[in-house]
Amino acid sequence: MAASSIAASELLHKMNKQISILYPKASCVIRRIGTTSSRCHSQPQHRAKSAPQQLVGVVGLEIHAQINSNTKLFSGSPVRFSSPPNSLVSFFDGSLPGTLPVLNRRCVEAAVMTGLALNCTINRKSVFDRKHYFYADLPAGYQITQQRRPIAIDGILTYSLLGGKRSEVIRKTVNIKQIQLEQDSGKSLHDDVRSQTLIDLNRAGVGLMELVMEPDMSCGEEAAAAVRELQLILQALGTCQGNMSEGQLRVDANVSVHRPGEPLGIRTEVKNINSIRFLARAIDYEIQRQIGVLQRGGTVQNETRAYDSKSGETIPMRDKEGLQDYRFMPEPNLPPLIVYEDNASLPTGFDACQAVVVQKIREGLPELPSVKRDRLVQTYGILPEHSFTLVNEDGLVDYFEAVLKATKKEPRKVIGWVTNELLGHLKQQDMSVSQSPVSAPALAELLDLQETGHISSSVAKQVFQEMWRSSGKTAQQIIQEQDLGLVSDTAQLHSICQKVVDSHPDEVRAFRNGNKKVLNKLMGLVQRETKGRTDPVLVRTILQEKTL
Amino acid sequence: MLGLTIREVSLALREGRISPTELCRRCLNRIKNTQHLNAYITVTEELALKQALESETRLLQGATKGPLDGIPFAVKDNFCTENIRTTCASRMLRDYTPPYNATVVQKLMDQGAVLVGKTNMDEFAMGSGSTDGAFGPVRNPWSYAAPYREQTGAEPDSDWVVTGGSSGGSAAAVASLTSYLALGSDTGGSTRNPGALCGVVALKPTYGLLSRHGLIPLVNSMDVPGIMTRSVSDAAIVLGILQGHDTRDSTTIPAPSSLTELPEDFDVKNICIGIPKEYHAPGLSEETLAQWSLVADMFDRAGARVKQVSLPHTQYSIVCYHVLCHAEVASNMARFDGLEYGHRSEVNSSTEAMYASTRHEGFNDVVRGRILSGNYFLLKQNYQHYFVKAQRVRRLIADDFKHVFSSGVDMLLTPTTLTDAARYSDFKQEDNRTRSAQEDVFTQPVNMAGLPAVSVPTALSRRGLPIGLQLVGRAAQDRKMLSVAQWIEQRVGFPSISDCGNSSEGSNDTRMVEREQTSAV
Repeated sequence: MAASSIAASELLHKMNKQISILYPKASCVIRRIGTTSSRCHSQPQHRAKSAPQQLVGVVGLEIHAQINSNTKLFSGSPVRFSSPPNSLVSFFDGSLPGTLPVLNRRCVEAAVMTGLALNCTINRKSVFDRKHYFYADLPAGYQITQQRRPIAIDGILTYSLLGGKRSEVIRKTVNIKQIQLEQDSGKSLHDDVRSQTLIDLNRAGVGLMELVMEPDMSCGEEAAAAVRELQLILQALGTCQGNMSEGQLRVDANVSVHRPGEPLGIRTEVKNINSIRFLARAIDYEIQRQIGVLQRGGTVQNETRAYDSKSGETIPMRDKEGLQDYRFMPEPNLPPLIVYEDNASLPTGFDACQAVVVQKIREGLPELPSVKRDRLVQTYGILPEHSFTLVNEDGLVDYFEAVLKATKKEPRKVIGWVTNELLGHLKQQDMSVSQSPVSAPALAELLDLQETGHISSSVAKQVFQEMWRSSGKTAQQIIQEQDLGLVSDTAQLHSICQKVVDSHPDEVRAFRNGNKKVLNKLMGLVQRETKGRTDPVLVRTILQEKTL
Repeated sequence: MLGLTIREVSLALREGRISPTELCRRCLNRIKNTQHLNAYITVTEELALKQALESETRLLQGATKGPLDGIPFAVKDNFCTENIRTTCASRMLRDYTPPYNATVVQKLMDQGAVLVGKTNMDEFAMGSGSTDGAFGPVRNPWSYAAPYREQTGAEPDSDWVVTGGSSGGSAAAVASLTSYLALGSDTGGSTRNPGALCGVVALKPTYGLLSRHGLIPLVNSMDVPGIMTRSVSDAAIVLGILQGHDTRDSTTIPAPSSLTELPEDFDVKNICIGIPKEYHAPGLSEETLAQWSLVADMFDRAGARVKQVSLPHTQYSIVCYHVLCHAEVASNMARFDGLEYGHRSEVNSSTEAMYASTRHEGFNDVVRGRILSGNYFLLKQNYQHYFVKAQRVRRLIADDFKHVFSSGVDMLLTPTTLTDAARYSDFKQEDNRTRSAQEDVFTQPVNMAGLPAVSVPTALSRRGLPIGLQLVGRAAQDRKMLSVAQWIEQRVGFPSISDCGNSSEGSNDTRMVEREQTSAV
């Protein structure tokens, strides 16, 4: 059973690869979720067949999201990626004796905003704690975090995946246990040759939101879809840039297996996952591994495992210190963190600019991805999966709407151009929407030329490619230069058709004898003669006249 | 000139009776001549002379900065001073030079005060004798004054008495007339205790009134910078300059009032003085008790209401303090791992081995012991039993004070210490922990509650050593408390050491040699 499962997942995995090769990544995300998630949803069926003995995966996530802020959580040091080592370190970040933490209001607001977007209860009063452990990149010997009373609790994240036979959108939810503010650590760089460890404290003290997702997911693809949705939300809010490869979003997965209805199994923690794709693979591998262990009569160890993206496996991490006791203690240098519901609840004489006011943040919430997708489907009549593709790509919704504003073409016809032609080209060259050489108005112009019958749809694609190559040229210019406009001279068209009819007496005879299909061949010949610059409806009419 | 108060010497400077550089030189000289006291870890002679010269220029241009311009001051060696080593009297920070000034140090410098040196203490402020530092014990200047020698026939070099602690160096600096003002720190009595034993005014302000930024912490939730001067009025001047909110310390509060001069003739008629009955503690000396009663009677006679009050949880304060203190110590000391700064062990077989031997070599037994027990209290299985319980008791202790103050009492009058200063040889009979438990009984509960308190010297004991009494005020009522303290000061006529046979100064070569030996520990 397990073996066949692995084989199936291997197969799916390979298919995914094929898909990504065959088609530029354009709609890859949604398709991938579609294919693999079928395995998640097939579980109930399995259960029905093979009694309730089926082992299933249970997945919870711990996510560290770096807060998008100019300065660190408790110091004025700038936050920047890939600056020279130890160039962004204040006295406090270096834990110089006598320095004290000063809370960055921007980080608090980011956490409150994120909490609101995830339907959390915002704690009016939260507190900071010290979590102790000795590590070279933790200069104070403790991390300031929010263990006892975090800033936000009890939230919910709604995410969607494509599943089922007809690839419909399935909505799922995962509970958010809490969001806590805490400090990031520095980075250790191990030089094995000289057996040295070098420390870079640039990251030390950067603000993090730790989000704890309850074990409400059952497979890698659900976790991946949840994290992707979270990523989109954070990016829409601007509270975290969400780049996993730069470590702005770090995901650890708690994985266990059990039989439905029975208590949860012993869990492992999978770390070292630096992309959403690897998250899905790591979790699925770990679920299968645990099922394999149990089916061989073994027991799963409560341990931390690292995902090795090369082998696609999880391997036990060297646990240097055994069980850690973090010796939590209240942080004595920070008073309780108070946020206020609205300006009216501020204490008298309190400067509203200095306070964190929930109401003000709530009013400033931007359109969230799920709302945006619903709006796109409703307003433009596009398919839900198209709305996913649009929202998944940074800037694509704006591009799409800009095209619509400038063209008479129907949204349902425009969507294909945006999600296939444009996105395909972008993905092929690993470019972002903002880097597109074809601007939204330029594409709109092209589409209008097609819509008004100046060019055929095949020529339109040709022109698009030309526009992509020679950036700046308008569709009109390219059509003129290369003489791609439709042959509008009816006399000329009649003479071309006549030539084709005259030189193919057999086909004409066949058509007259009732073989209507033959007309297509003749049409193709006319198209070839005119390099596709004809209106097929018109050509058909002329040919029919001439062959009667 | 050296025996004057800040107020007096400030006037002398402005009237041109002495120049800032001359004043500074005299203080530096006196530091040299009192080296046997071991009050200073670092003397900042060069900087002091430079600052004095700047002050002199300002004075000549008629642009003095205020009452502290040109006034020599000393700072306990647990306040960070920019480019001046700050050791906490520990091998761990023996050669540590901070890149910044503590807020309170910076504020004094901004006023034109002249830093003459960093004072000796118990290692990381853990102690009550100033006997447990890496640079050797501090000697109480009164050991060398006529009253003590005449009344006890003591041999100064063998029978000297301790300063109390942990800010013993700062107390000795002010008492021995080497500086007019010194900063101490007060977590459980570390400013008031040596202040009482050395016969100086020692103020522990309301928690949060003075910034802790740059004070290397002992217990963050109880630490306050302390002020040591020769008069209550001087302490008020310095408090006025140092108090107020600091953006770099989130636990600071805005100053309740801009503290100016204290009223010269404060009327105590409408004041209610509480005498906590629990402070009649075992071990309280007859003489200290007598002083306590004397001053209470003074209030009574002056028309103040004096009444007995109860602080029922006082007896639990010390043990509760130990749990909270040790837990925070374990946490605060975690940063001293040899990586970023401070001592680093030669052992480098692994990072963990380096941590362990660095910390073993860098900290003395007292610090290591507190780290050990503190970590024990914080273990998951112990946290509720020790730390949380201690926090609850702390609340009860704070509530004791609240109840008393809400019953109409304005201020409490208590002894500061059980007795006058002990001989070093006697003091060392007990370990640091026992001593801290004994010495802090009257001072420590105040830190639990974050209240202001001040120790005022009232008399010399039969042994010729100072005795001090403590006033405890309501939160943020430091000024009112100081007004009452000044009222006491005006009536007790405590002598200046300069009136008592100026013998703490000596240029005996053997003493110099001995001092060098102790500082080489």
